[in-house]
Amino acid sequence: MTNRRQLFEARQRRRANTIAAASTAAVVLAIIVLVPLAPGWAAVQKSFFNGAIFARTFPGLLEAFLLDIAIFAWCAPLIAALGLAVALMRDLRAPALYPLRLAAILYTDIFRGLPVILVIYLIGFGIPGLGLPRPWNSPYIWGSLALILVYAAYVAEVIRSGIESVHESQRNAALSLGLSPGDAMRFVVLPQAIRRVVPANMNLFIALQKDVALLSFIGPVEIFRQAGVYKALLANFTPYVGAALIFLAITIPATRYADYLMNRQARARS
Amino acid sequence: MKTLCTTALLVALAGAATAQNDCAAGKTLSDGVLTVATGNPAYYPWVMDDAPASKQGFEAAVAYAVANEMGFADDQVTWVRTSFDQSIQPGAKNFDVNLQQFSITPEREEVVDFSLPYYSSAMAVLTTQKVVEAGATADVASLKGLIWGADANTTAVPMLTDLIGPDRDPLLYGDNVDVTAAMQAGQIDAALFDLPTALYLSAVVVEGGVLLGQFPADRSENPDQFGMLMEDGNPLKECVDAAITALTESGRLAEIEAEWLQDATSVPVIE
Repeated sequence: MTNRRQLFEARQRRRANTIAAASTAAVVLAIIVLVPLAPGWAAVQKSFFNGAIFARTFPGLLEAFLLDIAIFAWCAPLIAALGLAVALMRDLRAPALYPLRLAAILYTDIFRGLPVILVIYLIGFGIPGLGLPRPWNSPYIWGSLALILVYAAYVAEVIRSGIESVHESQRNAALSLGLSPGDAMRFVVLPQAIRRVVPANMNLFIALQKDVALLSFIGPVEIFRQAGVYKALLANFTPYVGAALIFLAITIPATRYADYLMNRQARARS
Repeated sequence: MKTLCTTALLVALAGAATAQNDCAAGKTLSDGVLTVATGNPAYYPWVMDDAPASKQGFEAAVAYAVANEMGFADDQVTWVRTSFDQSIQPGAKNFDVNLQQFSITPEREEVVDFSLPYYSSAMAVLTTQKVVEAGATADVASLKGLIWGADANTTAVPMLTDLIGPDRDPLLYGDNVDVTAAMQAGQIDAALFDLPTALYLSAVVVEGGVLLGQFPADRSENPDQFGMLMEDGNPLKECVDAAITALTESGRLAEIEAEWLQDATSVPVIE
């Protein structure tokens, strides 16, 4: 049974949808029609959207992207582990363990405050420069370590915010039930804390997925560097567009998934 | 009478100073000035002390010689700086000619114009004393086994594959400095550079640097020839080409090369 108000609202909705569709179509049309009218469009198209070069370089880019995935795959679990450890260190309350806590605070302050690329250069060239023998001077090892150190600092802060979001009374209740402080953290606080920060951590891992490309600065030929090689040889930026598409194919679904998790969490809390 | 003479002389000089040969007139970015681009920074021995206007260094000297040949006086040459990416981006350029060891390739020629070559470069293998002591020798079989590095923006990358074909994938870097840093860190054994750059890096930058060998400039496959880069379809190209041809024929170009680029016949040739 629809009353007049529902009819009115349905009409309003229809009207809003029509206007939204029309204005979107107008903007898209304007872009499609107007951009090619720009005097430099032919040159831009040739340099950035060159079909022949795209077809020629895309398979090589895909192959290079496997290296990105590999680096991501071995960094992500280590980041999660180190991040959790640092977050727990920051939560230590025994006065005797204060040095550990101080170390954790210093660590997060330093590695969150430095540009990723600087850390990669310092660790990736610096530590092997001390004279390590092969294969221990590999840029893969030390570059990955740099990524892990930087991202674990962010993850630690996110997890710490999760831990602090669990009300103190729960910890007290667990202790009064006879759980040790360690068990209280493990069975009461952490399960809730980690669940709450999953969406925030998802965002960090999406960012990591892109920053893996920074490892190319110290030698590994992953997708970004491979695109750069093609660019230099062909004097054309199209390979970068190809690389961007490959990145988007991963990051957009991942971002949507993080959004979905966040929405679900917001609904669960309200 | 004396003042009159001086005035006449001055007028004549001023006239001479602004008169480009007919070819270049009206084809430059700003009238009566040739805008030349180089790298930022520009490296030895191409430009000395990163100061191209001093005319010191091979490419600086070539730029002034070509400008003079086209009818520009020395003070009618101005310098700008561009990266590699800036020089190949679509759209208007902020230079008339750009010289920073750009190798001429057919693919690049589809996007930009190159002058006739002003230098043909040998490619040299830069390595360290340690690697040589470990048994690396100047033949392709030995070179294949090394871990290679190269500047990703250069034609050294495909040449590495074509001339040597290393067993393991090379590591690539953004510039010379990073390549040498990786070499010092022991992450790569050897790197391929144009010979003058390699000479400089081995002598000055890399501790214990050694030039293991060279692939001579006149090799039939994959010659590495440097050209001046110009915007695609730049009408100035014919004037630049004419100037380079004249300088080559008169032997002036060879003189400049002899002045600034050291003779490297002592570096063994790789068969």
